[in-house]
Amino acid sequence: MPRLETDSGPVWKRRTTSKQWAIWFGWLVGLAIAAYAWQGISEKTIWFFVQDAPRQAADIGGRMIPPKLSYMSRLWAPIWDTLNIATLGTVIALIIAVPVAFAAARNTTPHPIVRTIAIFIIVSSRSVNSLIWALMLVFIFGPGVLAGTIAIGLRSVGFCAKLLYEGIEEIDHNQVEAIEATGASGAQKMAYGIVPQVLPTFAGIGVFRWDINIRESTILGLVGAGGIGLELNGSINTLAWTQVSMILLVILVTVIVSEWVSAKVRGAII
Amino acid sequence: MSVSSPGSGQPFPNNWRKPPFIKNPLLRWSIIIGAAIYLALAFGTMDVNWQRAAEGLPRGQRFLAAFFPPNFSDNLGVMWDGIFESIWMAIISTIAGIALSIPIGLGAAKNLAPKWVYLLNRGIIGGSRTFPEVILAIFAVKLFGFGPFAGFVALSIGTIGFYAKLLAEDIENMSATQAEAIKATGASWFQWINYAIQPQVMPRMIGLSVYRLDINFRESAVVGIVGGGGIGATLNTAFERYEFDTAAAILLIIIAIVMALEYTSGFLRKYVQ
Repeated sequence: MPRLETDSGPVWKRRTTSKQWAIWFGWLVGLAIAAYAWQGISEKTIWFFVQDAPRQAADIGGRMIPPKLSYMSRLWAPIWDTLNIATLGTVIALIIAVPVAFAAARNTTPHPIVRTIAIFIIVSSRSVNSLIWALMLVFIFGPGVLAGTIAIGLRSVGFCAKLLYEGIEEIDHNQVEAIEATGASGAQKMAYGIVPQVLPTFAGIGVFRWDINIRESTILGLVGAGGIGLELNGSINTLAWTQVSMILLVILVTVIVSEWVSAKVRGAII
Repeated sequence: MSVSSPGSGQPFPNNWRKPPFIKNPLLRWSIIIGAAIYLALAFGTMDVNWQRAAEGLPRGQRFLAAFFPPNFSDNLGVMWDGIFESIWMAIISTIAGIALSIPIGLGAAKNLAPKWVYLLNRGIIGGSRTFPEVILAIFAVKLFGFGPFAGFVALSIGTIGFYAKLLAEDIENMSATQAEAIKATGASWFQWINYAIQPQVMPRMIGLSVYRLDINFRESAVVGIVGGGGIGATLNTAFERYEFDTAAAILLIIIAIVMALEYTSGFLRKYVQ
């Protein structure tokens, strides 16, 4: 803590003067970037629409009440599809993620080049959103649940593999060494030394990602990849606002339930 | 596993087996059987047109072939416009989202707020967490018209659900003794927040804000699909015009920027903590 000598005795400050200036300069740069960014957005905005927004919101809000409860009978099938997309997508992701994770972890990778490739798979899967994956897969497989499931799977590989390989890198090496000292082969070392240590992590990651995937699979229908998003898109396009609010309610309940289940299961595992 | 002492005449036990992951056999078997029934049901009801999917594979090959080589040159101007719009959107929505998150996060911390404020703020967080950014963007587009402003609103609301929740959890987990010490000096409420709570949560929150910037950039690539502006709008146009080589170029640029952001945010988080 710097001490400044002044006429009326020493004064303690939290930072030196130059450090204080550096912090101010940092704020200045940050503000300049923010102002520039805001300007970039504001010149592409039609402000009349923005001013009109509260009236629009009240209008749409009014049309959404009350939710059309009778519509529920037509929503069970899309919800089931959504659940399947999320669950099967997570299963696909976990199946692909395991070898990728073992190839990406520093302590189990067969070769540094393999590791680089695995890391590249992880990063590219994570950077492309599931909606974009779905957009492409609908071109290949046609609209429907299959495209959605594979999109969720491909998107989740990166997430699962990343967390899993970090888990593999953090294992206790003494245990692996102990197994090795008994004369175990590579596969035995894997089965008795490494896998038991990462199994809880693996299960936790699966449930965690499943929870996220439920949320993501509700929107895949917007590009035609099945699930409740299809109904949502249809209802919005036909301006059936009471159906829209019913669908939003259903999504809300589904997400809350899945979050509760995931929290319970993770609590039981860890 | 019991180990007999040497010379006691008993054979050394060599029938050790790896203990199962789930110890309770009833639970274990019900999970296995339940999973099997679920998979059967799921595959049974999944309405997949396998013929269409099989037809799609050669089409997929042609589709993928159309991606190569990525075409960076033809639509360069539009691409740069979209990317900058996405970056501006990500920056502004992160700032606005965090600014909104701070009061909400403070209100959603159990040890700070009275019960009704706590419940209200938790409700706001829950609501914004439930709906994916894309659904928020659909409504924002309906309200504010096409363009980056709608995307900005959607991403800001999305940021609240993420940032305010983590902020509230961090405040709940902070060390209470420091807060008490500041309170004992007779600090006002604002001084208390500023000197007791803010320094404790700051390092993690700076890291999270960079992380959220990263997420917002990624999400800005999809809010465009529903009309929220940014690179997603450019990407969607490229797909709709079947200009797959341009789409490939856009995807590569997105991946490159996300990688750069991830690297920077990892570095910054290490530096702050």
